[in-house]
Amino acid sequence: MAVTAPTIDMVPARPSRAGTFDSTWLLWIAIIGVLLFLVVSPFVYLVLTSFQTEGTGAFTLSNYTTAYGRSRYVDALVNSLKLGAAAAALAGVFAVPLAWAVARTDMPGRGLTRILVLATFITPPYTGAVAWILLAGPNAGWLNRFYMLVTGAEAGPLNIYSFTGLVVVIALYSFPYIFIFTTAALELVSSEMEDAANILGAGPWRTMRRVTLPLALPAILGGLIICFLEAIALFGSPAMIAIPARFNVVTTQLFQFFGNPVRVEVAAAYAMPLLGVTILLILAQRLITRRKGFVALTGKGGERRPILLGRWRWAMFGYAMFVATLAVFLPYVFLVQAAFAKAWGRGFDLDNISLKNFNFVLFEHGTAAKSVINSFLYAGASATIAVFLTLGVAYIVTRRLVPFGGILGFLCVAPFVIPGVVLAIGFYAAYAPPPLALYGTALILILAFTTRFLPIGYVNASAAMRSLNPEMEEAVRVLGGSRLTALRRVVTPLLRRSLLGAWLLIFIPATRELSAAIFLYGPNTKVASVMIFDMSEEGNFEYLAALALILQVLTLPLLWLGQKALGRDFMLRRTAT
Amino acid sequence: MSKLVLKNVAKRYGAFEAVSDFSLELVEGEFVSLLGPSGCGKTTTLRMIAGFMPPSAGTIEMDGKTISSPSGVVPPERRRMSMIFQSYAIWPNMTVGENVGFGLQVRKLPRAEIDRRVDKILDVVQMRGLKGRYPAELSGGQQQRVALARAIVVEPEVLLLDEPLSNLDANLREEMRFEIRRLHDEFKITTVYVTHDQSEAMVTSDRIVVMNKGRIEQIDAPHVLYGRPRSRFVAGFIGRTNFLEGIRQGSDVRFDGFTIPAAAIEGTESAGELLYSLRPQAVGLAAGRPNGPRLAVEAEITGRAYLGEYWDYQAKPLGGAKAIRVSTAPTSVFEVGSHAWLEIDPAAMVRVE
Repeated sequence: MAVTAPTIDMVPARPSRAGTFDSTWLLWIAIIGVLLFLVVSPFVYLVLTSFQTEGTGAFTLSNYTTAYGRSRYVDALVNSLKLGAAAAALAGVFAVPLAWAVARTDMPGRGLTRILVLATFITPPYTGAVAWILLAGPNAGWLNRFYMLVTGAEAGPLNIYSFTGLVVVIALYSFPYIFIFTTAALELVSSEMEDAANILGAGPWRTMRRVTLPLALPAILGGLIICFLEAIALFGSPAMIAIPARFNVVTTQLFQFFGNPVRVEVAAAYAMPLLGVTILLILAQRLITRRKGFVALTGKGGERRPILLGRWRWAMFGYAMFVATLAVFLPYVFLVQAAFAKAWGRGFDLDNISLKNFNFVLFEHGTAAKSVINSFLYAGASATIAVFLTLGVAYIVTRRLVPFGGILGFLCVAPFVIPGVVLAIGFYAAYAPPPLALYGTALILILAFTTRFLPIGYVNASAAMRSLNPEMEEAVRVLGGSRLTALRRVVTPLLRRSLLGAWLLIFIPATRELSAAIFLYGPNTKVASVMIFDMSEEGNFEYLAALALILQVLTLPLLWLGQKALGRDFMLRRTAT
Repeated sequence: MSKLVLKNVAKRYGAFEAVSDFSLELVEGEFVSLLGPSGCGKTTTLRMIAGFMPPSAGTIEMDGKTISSPSGVVPPERRRMSMIFQSYAIWPNMTVGENVGFGLQVRKLPRAEIDRRVDKILDVVQMRGLKGRYPAELSGGQQQRVALARAIVVEPEVLLLDEPLSNLDANLREEMRFEIRRLHDEFKITTVYVTHDQSEAMVTSDRIVVMNKGRIEQIDAPHVLYGRPRSRFVAGFIGRTNFLEGIRQGSDVRFDGFTIPAAAIEGTESAGELLYSLRPQAVGLAAGRPNGPRLAVEAEITGRAYLGEYWDYQAKPLGGAKAIRVSTAPTSVFEVGSHAWLEIDPAAMVRVE
């Protein structure tokens, strides 16, 4: 009863010098080609274009002299840096106490706090900005009206259309980054490390100052840097708040260079500081978290006992709810009010309630419904391409199928240092002109989104691949199955969950992407985020609120799916960002 | 005829030589272990046999056909071998039955035949009742049995095992050693077994290859390896031993604290320092001066430990500097500081390199 098996033939150990390619090499070349197209070429074009004369393409430095020739252009740069620093600092004030309380103490409502941070995280910054316009608009804002009602004053104290207003709005919707970084670090500090300090005579405060905080500090700094970069790269909130407040930041200035007529050469030159600062700070962040943070934190977690706060636990809870009120409760209450109101200024009267906004947005408006569909289609296509592309790269890199596979991995994470606005300008420079002439097509948006979220895909795909013991595949091969059989029967089924998770982690932010989309959309390819931005410019806050809520509600089932596949905190993990 | 032949196989990574000049022949149905400390090249050798990596030099032949050489390798899936991995590599997305049936499915056997063979092998490893379970629902020992069944059911030409017991607890490990040998006696599959655990290798193997730093130190049956180690490394790695240094002086060999006539012990032809291995079990300990053919040396007891199955004494020959370790029956008791007589059988002194 001998089992039949294929005949035994020799195959060459590696391609001979004459160059007989096997299929992994073909795949490698194909992937290199795609990554060149998605990552390298837009970047190269961005740099080249900044040195070219419009029309002729001749070498020039005049774009740079134009871009930095006026003081208000330079002011915008300075404004961005100030904005980033202020927003990151304020976000730290929101995030660090919350992270510490959730990760290390017995504060009540820790689960609730996590959920509210997640709710903040999935609120697009521009939606938050709109809500805060409703809350703190100079006269009609609800908080101002409440203040006038209570005090009888003539005017309210708040004005969202100010530098401070912009800082608060940006900090409120970017603090989850610091929260994620800090909780991740604190959860790795074992109680034993603190016990060791205690037994040597250090009290709770000294322990926190000398042990706990220093251990978490690199992560906190890392989070602050990410917040800073998020703030200077953001387009939506500054465009809605800074422009009416009559000041510019880098992104809004770039948008104006992109107005009629499009001066992409000047825009490219003007984008360079943004790119440079981002690259430098990401390198700094890597250095900080690598050197101290994770050497100390990679050890076994050990047991973690919550720190007992005593009567301070309710004070801490109060602070958490205060932050949540600013970021979630107040904004959503008034967004819902506006979405269901005939006119948002008329308040909570029963006869002010109507479904006409939803009806208008979904059925009567020419492009609003289509923009939502576009958003989901493009996000779906990008997420799918990015997941399979990065899975291929991660497989090749972790299994060392080709030499220099690390280059592929590097290209996949490189877009992380390119702000969305800058990426869009690169894509415009590379693919808007003939022969491809992709400007205004769905394809250019899909490709730009794919590039933008490749790093998320790669980080997740390579983590998933590394979690898979290669012996799982070797067992297939030794029993007579090919590499393909191993991929089909073992690798894909085992990674299904992680791949779904990665897909969602790309899909969800891609449905609300604005910074790149605003530069690349065309009349037929408007996406929901651009639609919301347009409505805010027209002052249609009721329609806008309805559309923003539709977008949020459509996200909920995806969130549920992600939590089911990957666990409750799947969006709040470090690998997610 | 030899089933599997490795001829001067080497594996280099840059300047580092993981395996050098490795030659071994296995006859059909033989069970051979590769034994050595971690990093000695045993797993690398096994992976070259499996076809996961090409050798840098030398060839591997099966049934007289070359299956590995620096210029080409038969890929693992076409070698008709099977392998048991350190992690078991049981696929968690398939049931026990699907795991075990996988290799037969790849070989395109009819459904009914697959079922029949899977049931039969699951009977052999006493896992029949768990056919529909998923691996996550099994204990470590049960997963190990699934791995064994999955590897054996395809009736491989050669079975490879890579430290298969290292993830089990001590009791289970001992039980599985005998299980592996039992399965081998039943199926007579030519087997290469990699381990760093000497008792595992001794229980299971017909022959053991002791490896160190990528080289073969000695290939022999377990009892020969223990009784006649050829190198200091083998003597020290397999079991416990005393290393005794001697110098030839006229017709005697002078050791630390005693002398032996050169004619009584082996390997005294060469001049200079001579190194001998003497197992603690080959030395006796007596209260009074013993009579008989064995050499008697008076010694002081300098340390002892009671291990239940035996006493482990350290006895320093009077006038010597280094104590000799002696294993005695649990009933023979000597106090530390007292004097006793060492009984050394010169024939048990094995000259090592």
